[in-house]
Amino acid sequence: MSALASILSDFGEALEFIFTERESRAGGSEIGGTQLLGLLADHLALSAVALAIGIAVAVPLGIWLGHTGRGTFLAVGIANVGRAVPSIALIALFFAFLGTGFVNVALALALLAIPPILANAYVGIRLVEPDTVDAARGMGMTGPQIVRRVELPLALPLVVGGIRTSAVNVVATAAIAPLAGVSSLGDPIIAFGVYGESGRLGASIVVAAVAVATEVTFGLAQRLADPLPSTRRTVPA
Amino acid sequence: MPAALELQNVTKQYPGAGGAPAVADLSLRVEPGETCVLVGPSGSGKTTAMRMVNRMVDMTSGDILIDGRSVMRSDPAELRRHIGYVIQNVGLFPHRTALQNIGTVPQLLGWPRERIVARARELADLVGLDPALADRYPGQMSGGQRQRVGVARALAADPPLMLMDEPFGALDPITRDHLQGEFERLKERVSTTIVFVTHDIDEAIRLGDRIAILREGGGLAQYATPGELLLHPADAFVEEFVGADRALKRLALMQVSDCELEPVGAVPAGSAAMRDDTSLRDALAALLSDPDGRLPIVDAEGRPIGVLALETVHAKLRVEAGAPSPG
Repeated sequence: MSALASILSDFGEALEFIFTERESRAGGSEIGGTQLLGLLADHLALSAVALAIGIAVAVPLGIWLGHTGRGTFLAVGIANVGRAVPSIALIALFFAFLGTGFVNVALALALLAIPPILANAYVGIRLVEPDTVDAARGMGMTGPQIVRRVELPLALPLVVGGIRTSAVNVVATAAIAPLAGVSSLGDPIIAFGVYGESGRLGASIVVAAVAVATEVTFGLAQRLADPLPSTRRTVPA
Repeated sequence: MPAALELQNVTKQYPGAGGAPAVADLSLRVEPGETCVLVGPSGSGKTTAMRMVNRMVDMTSGDILIDGRSVMRSDPAELRRHIGYVIQNVGLFPHRTALQNIGTVPQLLGWPRERIVARARELADLVGLDPALADRYPGQMSGGQRQRVGVARALAADPPLMLMDEPFGALDPITRDHLQGEFERLKERVSTTIVFVTHDIDEAIRLGDRIAILREGGGLAQYATPGELLLHPADAFVEEFVGADRALKRLALMQVSDCELEPVGAVPAGSAAMRDDTSLRDALAALLSDPDGRLPIVDAEGRPIGVLALETVHAKLRVEAGAPSPG
């Protein structure tokens, strides 16, 4: 009974931290409340840059590998390495070799974002019916026209699905950016001395909420990306 | 304007295929407006031969001329835009409506938008597509409807030459028969040379002006009209391929009106009349189940014009065959 009460009270304090400002434990600066908005902006900016780099690399590469039918080995290999290496290890390695700072953290997170996007783009293109591609070629479409008009539109839901997975990964992992000297919503989680227990829990809740919001947003985008009519008949039969 | 097509000593050798070519030294000429059916068992290279015409497969040696011009001198994509292309599983774009699919090639050729839409509607009508289906997606259509759209799509830019690879092969027998019938009528209305691939000799006889029978290994066994093929098979392979029932197949190519009829007076009572444009094969089936072996024949308006007797059909087959042929 008292354990439950204690959890509820911790939770209450964390929520209070999210919505109201207070002086930091060491004194001197305001934390919580609107101060979190700044951290949120940093967090989203870092995630967006990392995701953009990941998309810029993985989508064209995945499409090219899928279209040419080459590099099954490469696409699958990268996807599996991505799955096997824990994100924290990846980032630690990155800092060890390249140092800290926004650009390096963004690159490390981009590296984390690439495998799911690459694998999905590759698979999405390969899953387009061979007969559909054969017909497109047989009617006189050039390679780039086949990609643009046939393969990419049909692969788009899977491509966006890969971006969705990566976006959630990146948003969640960006919480460890302060370890490398870059501001994000991870600050209160890592700097216990400044924020205290309620700050750690409060920031964790915000990170989780942002991850869920990202998932929902990209899930919606994925549905909008589907070029096929909904399974419900548009015309009564 | 339909194109003339000529294959000159065409050979296709796939690397690492153990030395056996897929198509071996194939030469044949298709006159403008003719439908040439390539038929043969699996491994006879019929699809490969067809795909070399629009360079979906590049030949190892020999040449293919369309209206005297080698296909090797054209850019492949540009060449294909002027050759209709229909494949067995249609390959419609699932994310495009029926009309958008039909308009594919005109769009690639840069036609203005209104002309593309007008042409797509015209073609949909020509192949007998229900106008209600114009804005449906392929996933919302039946196999037969999809294949109609496939044929309309191939004809959209009025190609002088059209390639069809087993277009009716994946359909159920009833739909296939129906579409074959429509295709026979369609051929009369569009002026295009057609190369049609099938493994079904009955389909070849029904739809082809000329039939090229290929044997395993991609050699030409015989190139002739359906009638010649059935009457004078070049060798044992062709004879076996066209089947033991080739007399019946010949009857299928003839109509009641091709026979001498007996005078009207001899009509036995109670026999159902048959129209004179019925195929002799169907007429024979009816004659065989008629107790007297005699059927009243009427013209298209239903007027009695004579009586067909079982002996007449038999005699007709013998006359057609002419002097006893070797084999």
